[in-house]
Amino acid sequence: MSHDHRHPRDQDEGPPCEHEIMSRAMQELLEEKGFLSAEEVRRRMELFEQEYPQRGSRVIAHAWADPPFRKRLLEDGKAACAEWGLDLEADRLIAVENTPQVHNVVVCTLCSCYPRALLGMPPTWYKSENYRRRVVREPRAVLKEFGTVLPENVAIRVHDSNADMRYVVVPMRPAGTGGWSEEQLAKIITRDALVGVTLPKVS
Amino acid sequence: MTPSAYTPAPGRRFGVGDRVRVKAAHPPGHRRTPAYIRGKVGAIERVCGMFPNPEELAYGFDGEPKHVLYRVRFSQTEVWAQYEGKADDCIELEVYEHWLEPA
Repeated sequence: MSHDHRHPRDQDEGPPCEHEIMSRAMQELLEEKGFLSAEEVRRRMELFEQEYPQRGSRVIAHAWADPPFRKRLLEDGKAACAEWGLDLEADRLIAVENTPQVHNVVVCTLCSCYPRALLGMPPTWYKSENYRRRVVREPRAVLKEFGTVLPENVAIRVHDSNADMRYVVVPMRPAGTGGWSEEQLAKIITRDALVGVTLPKVS
Repeated sequence: MTPSAYTPAPGRRFGVGDRVRVKAAHPPGHRRTPAYIRGKVGAIERVCGMFPNPEELAYGFDGEPKHVLYRVRFSQTEVWAQYEGKADDCIELEVYEHWLEPA
């Protein structure tokens, strides 16, 4: 029997696009000239996907548990992380704190700048035109779509990460977490809370 | 040397709290000053330091001389004529010195 019906194609099937070809050619050239190896490239990708996303939650949990560290983090994010043993590589970090009066949210309207050495790769919604275009002009409506409704009296401060600095939000530590270990605290500090579209919750 | 988020910026034109207007210019090329903030008035929130000029870096030049980068805070009601949020909502951006003039 002939096999003539069409199967749905996988998304990554088909001819590579121009940028994939350029990127592949560049990597092959760098490998050939001995600047880097395929293993090094793979390892970097693994770090960004597996290790780096854990860092942000751990740093903020530490800031919650250690007020002098929190103060230093707010003064100079990169220096405080370095002192704590966290190398943020090229990221110049500014930490901004939520208070009962002010809520912070981060966006990059020009592209997708994000503190990758602290949070890993940016989520798809962060890179979407919808989020980038709207969160700057109607932040409350966008936060509501993430399920975040702030009290009426709280002012919203939007941070456009449009040039050389990177941003992380220091959320408020929720009530009911007294006596928790940093490890326990880190579990409720999610990526989205560190971008400022949600708040940490005690389940 | 301890790494820092900031770099020294001697001889800079503006200090924290100064009111500044973003130039309402529309030159062609790679710019880091989003269109929505051009012509708007805000206040310097912090000085980030000196950075290679991204408008030069984008075309393969070295970005020298470096430019002072500021964090500028704008009231949302100043930025968007139709803004529906609170009067004390604000937005902050990074703006290079050559895009700023005293306001």
